[in-house]
Amino acid sequence: MPAFTSDMLTSLIPETGLLVLATLLLVLVLVKNEKFYIHLDWITAAGFTLIAVLAFIFGRPAEEPRLLWGEMIRVDRAGYLLSLMVLVGGALTAVFAGTDVTVGKKPEFYLLLTLASIGLVLMGTSANLIMLYLAIETAAIPLYVLAGIKYRDAWSVESGIKYLLFGGFSSAIMLYGFSLLYGFAGTTKIYGMVDALRASGTPLAAIILAAIMVLAGFTFKISAIPFHFWAPDVYQGAPTPVAGFLSTVSKAAGFIALARILINALGVESGNVWMIILAVISAASMFIGNLLAIPQKNLKRMIAYSSIAQAGYILIGVASGSEFGFSAAIYYLVAYLVTNLAVFAIINWIEYETGSTEISTFAGLNRREPGLALLLMIALLSLGGIPPLAGFFAKVLVFGAAIQSGMVWLAILGIINSVIALYYYLRVMKVMYVDEPAGSIKVDKLPVVWTVALAVCIIGIVLLGVVYSPWYNFITLAAMGL
Amino acid sequence: MQSPILPILALLPLAAAILLLFLPAAKRNLIRGIALGTSIVTLVFSFIAFFAYDTAAAGYQFQVSAEWLPALGIGFHMGADGIGVAMILMAGLVVFSGVMVSWRVEDRPREFFAFLLFLASSVFGVFASLDLFQLFIFFEMAVFPKYLMIVMWGYPKTKEYGGMKLTLYLFLGSMVALIGVLAMYFGSGLHTFDMVALEKAGFGLEFQRLWFPFVFIGFGVLGGIFPFHSWAPDGHVAAPTAVSMLLAGVEMKVGVFAALRAGLMLMPDGMRAWAPLILVLATINVVYGAFIAMIQKDFKYVIGFSSVSHMGLVFIGFATLTPEGLTGAGLQMFSHGIMTALFFAVVGMVYDRAHTRNLNELGGLFKYMPIAMLGFVVGGLVSMGMPGFSGFIAEIPIYMGAWKTVPLVAIISALSIVITAAYILLVVRRVFFGETPEPIKAGLSDITIMDKIVVVMLSLVMIIIGVFPSVIVPVIESGVKHILVLVGGA
Repeated sequence: MPAFTSDMLTSLIPETGLLVLATLLLVLVLVKNEKFYIHLDWITAAGFTLIAVLAFIFGRPAEEPRLLWGEMIRVDRAGYLLSLMVLVGGALTAVFAGTDVTVGKKPEFYLLLTLASIGLVLMGTSANLIMLYLAIETAAIPLYVLAGIKYRDAWSVESGIKYLLFGGFSSAIMLYGFSLLYGFAGTTKIYGMVDALRASGTPLAAIILAAIMVLAGFTFKISAIPFHFWAPDVYQGAPTPVAGFLSTVSKAAGFIALARILINALGVESGNVWMIILAVISAASMFIGNLLAIPQKNLKRMIAYSSIAQAGYILIGVASGSEFGFSAAIYYLVAYLVTNLAVFAIINWIEYETGSTEISTFAGLNRREPGLALLLMIALLSLGGIPPLAGFFAKVLVFGAAIQSGMVWLAILGIINSVIALYYYLRVMKVMYVDEPAGSIKVDKLPVVWTVALAVCIIGIVLLGVVYSPWYNFITLAAMGL
Repeated sequence: MQSPILPILALLPLAAAILLLFLPAAKRNLIRGIALGTSIVTLVFSFIAFFAYDTAAAGYQFQVSAEWLPALGIGFHMGADGIGVAMILMAGLVVFSGVMVSWRVEDRPREFFAFLLFLASSVFGVFASLDLFQLFIFFEMAVFPKYLMIVMWGYPKTKEYGGMKLTLYLFLGSMVALIGVLAMYFGSGLHTFDMVALEKAGFGLEFQRLWFPFVFIGFGVLGGIFPFHSWAPDGHVAAPTAVSMLLAGVEMKVGVFAALRAGLMLMPDGMRAWAPLILVLATINVVYGAFIAMIQKDFKYVIGFSSVSHMGLVFIGFATLTPEGLTGAGLQMFSHGIMTALFFAVVGMVYDRAHTRNLNELGGLFKYMPIAMLGFVVGGLVSMGMPGFSGFIAEIPIYMGAWKTVPLVAIISALSIVITAAYILLVVRRVFFGETPEPIKAGLSDITIMDKIVVVMLSLVMIIIGVFPSVIVPVIESGVKHILVLVGGA
């Protein structure tokens, strides 16, 4: 056991901070005094932001990645980046939840959000299969409850139960895959597992079987084929801020953990058998997500299908197996975080004003709230991959990664899907800008914190799409250090 | 030396568009004033760029460059050769005209002018780009203003269909081109998107054969190349007047310009290998487009298909790879841009007053709007390739080039001159002469002073170029010389 070093503490700033915040919120739950509950949204958001600032300043990892805490945790840039993404995403989600009629004033909601965030941060840093499994479950259990937290609403309850059943099922399969990997390699350490597997002389077919089981668990987390079925029902039924959190932060954590396992435990490189498996999952996710999004009448449900397709695009980067491909995937995740949070935030606000998330309620948005219509348009165009927005550069990177790795066919499937996706995004824009609303709709003024939070998202979308160098260079280092 | 002209042209409209979106919607005159002011400034700068271009020195001038993402070899690099400055001047004229004829847009003018300026920024950006990635960004930036302007202010019956069709066609084309662009980036091994560097990349013959169609046809979709042209008439007809002018006048040139820059100039051997196919497709464009234009009953569809026909000549000019053909193609890009903008402007003026575009329901408009009629006739004469007008000096070199390479192409495509004359004269007779039908009489009035300025200005440009070709031919030729060096002096 190496001696205690200071970076053992700084490496855990996000987790420790979130734990303190969770304790504070737990006290508030127990106090049961309504007057403390009015400002829960921005208290939580401020807590997340403070932790993010502390982590940003003091938690910066050293040049060389290090394994700490009994080699359970790996301190590197990818984990650091993910922890910041979780903290920023959590803060934004807390703000956007504030106006939600059912969850906005519930301390339990904020408590569960904080607890889930701890698990998500740990998912990004776990360097051991057991640690990773614990992190995944730490994140998953609060998220199951969050999805069904509107317990008087049948949709929400169904959504929670569906999420729980799918999650339990897929994580059981994943755990079985983990146990097989442990059996073959004789270790649960992710780093060095490739060599252990090679040394053990296990037949490739057996490793692939175990890997597919592990992948199955991750496809649930990132809502890709074949464990994507939960996404539309859960996104539609869960409170809108929860859906936003699930589709962005939770997905990002899933991808970072997946990338770590693929590279270090399964030995994914350009040109080997994993690429085909991942590419097939990627292509199927893109097609199924985009084609099923077209007929949707509910915007949350449409975005849920679109989110399955987005997982497919990100998997293009992962499937190319190169450092460039992983950088592309991480860039995509960051772009997707700000973009989709903005989309869900605006859906959330319209739901607050009208009580509905049907696409038809967005009719005439340009006339009644031109600013919001513009912001939603920017976010949708970013999802569609139109410059000069974040989603455009992210798509160029993943397609480029596919071409560089010689998978032109995957890039071509990607562009076909981009065109399909643009079709339904444009239809939503048409509803906002052209259609007339059914009746008069009350318009509320956006709270100040909301304006700030939305501005963060939109500025993020534009900055990621116009100024590339700082983010891209950092993300490349993060991908190299995985 | 860093020259501010091109960045101002590309970025000023963008800044103005963003500013407009932040203004209160009620300040309509301020909004219109800012839009007009911006378009005048860009017009002035486009004149400066055109007349300050040194044809003796040739090459890329007014260059500006800055680092953007050095890790991937993406740079901000602007500059224009002879064809570029000609396109910039054309775009400047059409953008200014577009703002002028849209002066009376009553429905949400803030959004209208903001999106129009956004589109303007996109086209200037493409014409001024020397970095392939930056070119692509400007190219794609036009997607959403095009779509929204068509569905918001377009022709109610077809706007949703036409707008969606146009947008998806063009997006698919540009994404196919993106694959080709990325392939060039990785294939060159130079680790740069800079086109001046990529011109010297010396891609292998096999590579060029494989990837040339991705880039050339992908971008060429926006130029209306057969069989991917059908978005053009539907989209142009569905669009509001100013957008039709910009789409057919400038955007189609953006497509062929990008195909020229990224396809022909970077992969000349690919062009040579694929030239027979391009010649066949383009000849179909020319003849088929003209025939379809002749049988249209809708005034605007006639012009929509005539664009398809005329753009075919540009592609023929490219595919000949001869000095004459390329010069003619450059001139045709300029001449057609002005001409078709004028056509669509007049169609819009007629429709606004008669509320119909059915050729059978129009007639005798000469009495009501003589200036519009004169403008349309000038455009018609350009379209037919009459000597003394810009169309003549553009089309003759193209036919000469085609004659030198494949005489049959010249013979077949020359048929279109006769058909063009037939449908233009038919339209002029039906719309402007004869009896005015009763139902449309009530709404007829002369065009406004701003409309007159546009019509006269665009007509004069075409006549000046027709009478004094030396204004523009040397500029285009200086650009063509550079292309011929890349092609290998064919």
